[in-house]
Amino acid sequence: MLKKSGILIAALMVGAVPLTQAAARDLVIVSNGGTFQEAQHNAIFAPFAKKTGKTVVEDTWENGIGVLRTKVEAGDSGWDIVIAESEELQIACQEGLLLPLDFSKLGGEENYVPGAVSECGVGAAIYNHVLAYDKSKISAPPSWADFFDLAKYPGKRALRQSPKTSLEFALMADGVAPADVYKVLATPEGVDRAFAKLDTIKPSLVFWSSGGQPMQLLASGEVVMTSSFNGRVTNAINKDKKPFGIVWNQSLQTVDSWVILKTSPNADAAYDLLKFAGEPEPQSHLPEVQPIGITSAKAFDLIDPTLRADLPTAPENAKNVLKINDAFWIDNIDALTARWAEWSAQ
Amino acid sequence: MAANYNPFQGARGSMWRSYALIAPLFLFLMGTFLLPIGMIGWRSVADPEMRAALPATAAILSNWDGRGLPAAAAEAALVQDLKNVDRPRLASLSRRLSYEDPGFRALLQSTRRQVDAGATGALKTFNVKWAENATWQAMKRAAGPVGAYHILSAVDLKQNYETGIGPSRPDGALYRSILLRTFTIALTTSLITLMLAFPLCAFLLRQTPRVHNILLLFVLLPFWTSILVRTTAWLALLQDRGVINTLLMDLGLIDSPLKLLYNRLGVIIAMVHVMLPFMIFPLLGSMRSIDPRIYRAALSLGAHPFYAFRRVYIPQVMPGMMAGMLMVFVVTLGFYITPMLVGGPADQMISYYIALFTTSTLNWGLASSLGLILLSLTLLLYGLQSVFVRGGVGAR
Repeated sequence: MLKKSGILIAALMVGAVPLTQAAARDLVIVSNGGTFQEAQHNAIFAPFAKKTGKTVVEDTWENGIGVLRTKVEAGDSGWDIVIAESEELQIACQEGLLLPLDFSKLGGEENYVPGAVSECGVGAAIYNHVLAYDKSKISAPPSWADFFDLAKYPGKRALRQSPKTSLEFALMADGVAPADVYKVLATPEGVDRAFAKLDTIKPSLVFWSSGGQPMQLLASGEVVMTSSFNGRVTNAINKDKKPFGIVWNQSLQTVDSWVILKTSPNADAAYDLLKFAGEPEPQSHLPEVQPIGITSAKAFDLIDPTLRADLPTAPENAKNVLKINDAFWIDNIDALTARWAEWSAQ
Repeated sequence: MAANYNPFQGARGSMWRSYALIAPLFLFLMGTFLLPIGMIGWRSVADPEMRAALPATAAILSNWDGRGLPAAAAEAALVQDLKNVDRPRLASLSRRLSYEDPGFRALLQSTRRQVDAGATGALKTFNVKWAENATWQAMKRAAGPVGAYHILSAVDLKQNYETGIGPSRPDGALYRSILLRTFTIALTTSLITLMLAFPLCAFLLRQTPRVHNILLLFVLLPFWTSILVRTTAWLALLQDRGVINTLLMDLGLIDSPLKLLYNRLGVIIAMVHVMLPFMIFPLLGSMRSIDPRIYRAALSLGAHPFYAFRRVYIPQVMPGMMAGMLMVFVVTLGFYITPMLVGGPADQMISYYIALFTTSTLNWGLASSLGLILLSLTLLLYGLQSVFVRGGVGAR
């Protein structure tokens, strides 16, 4: 009898724990860790907690639509706000994993730069795939056309081991205006043209897979130019004092966004935090740890002037930039990845 | 009491107790081994998106023979299904059909818009693609709930209902060549490790125990070091301005750096280094257990040293060689990080593509199929090897 009631109590407790948790669970925000999250913690999470007296619990993840699916599948699993890459945002939104956002609760769409507003996500960080070069070997900033010109600048070059970004760069080097790149790439002739352009420098190409490799390749003298995430280049120049240059012209831009999971029991608190995250003052502190492009339309002038020149959102850097077309890549990634694998193995 | 006496109670009790003892291991194996492999197997044949999004159309297309155009009932079912389908399901289906043709999302969405707007008439007046056999065939291949589409794709084949099974891509076999590449790299690595490990083991056994142990430590130390660290060390050694090229250029032996990195040579060098201990230990074990007097007896009976080596010594170390080869070969088949860091795009092995399709392009059907094929081929080779070794032993 004693045993039975013990089991009963245990069962009640097990049953009761999720209930109390669901009612009083703290707001959980999930970002990518590292200096990126450190910047967000200093600029947004900590000031928000201080201002509102609410607890903000932080977690990290390394992206992947599979993780989002699992998190939503079985109801609330402990995450409220998550940072998502642009393709994840699109796919997860279409699959109904995310809460469609009401921008009137986030300070209005006009509060944000144009690329930062989407159905289920609000922009958190803007960054670019840029051309980085070794100033000790190349005197003037090269263009993507120069990247493909072995006679003008001899030496090896590095590109990301992926058709995404590489095909866009090849077309721009071949004279396609940024605005027309995806129109051209949507045709079979356009794809052939991009691969033909890549063929011209194929023996001199090295490929990178993880974000740290391009700066290592450049620093070791293995390559003279490479594509890279802009933050890595700026850190190499400012922190490691490397003689590298960064070319913003014809760079490719993408946005990471905050999303609220459909299963979040804290949607109101999540809106509060995201509204705060979109305000100019907190945003202006984001670039202090890492050159993160900010998404508030009004915050740029508040940023420490010494940091502005390194940001993707600086007016002089944003002049001739192409936004990566996620819808195009969601539809074409399979066919073009197969073609890329074939091409690179030949 | 006596009526309840059961002479087998004690025995049964201890049987249950021993089952209970192995239960944790059994559950662990179930959870970490059988279940995931079962899931991979299921994912490689499951094709659920079409059934979920367009159930009536899928049912009709399953019964259609795939020739020409399906009956008018299919069009009517499609129109009805498109009216009912919710957005998440249509998105999943578009994704699935984009494996065959990137234009499917646009086709389905524009057709749905027209259906919602109240358009009537034959579907081909909405979009000419609906008058093409290829469009309907692609949908039939996806009709599910299970199908061979992913498995066939993983060996570059595709079922065409009019012409039979044929190549899935006009420009050649991609995944078959990647599989072949994977097996070639694994075989090359195992042969080279054998050639390096054999003299080393023979040398080690001739040393005094003290020297033997010190030398063995040089084998063990790298073995205890992370693969990532060792691979990165090879980057520093092999790059254009790395230790080896700088040394050779300073000595005046070469004028321009040798290409040692981002090609097959670099991959093989780094992999042989990583895998060497896996060959050394089984080989050393089997060499140590051999009685050296047998070889000497062969010599004293007049055998030529090479003949004695080939006919007397080698057969005795064969089990160790085979165990080492198999270990190196199977582990090498699954290599991911080493080719990714020191190899070029033409040196990436099958696991690179499995990871790419799992995490980046999210084509889990193809990833599972490639994994399943790799697993089956490995098991097949393992079976062949054990038959070969048993046959070899029996022949003696």
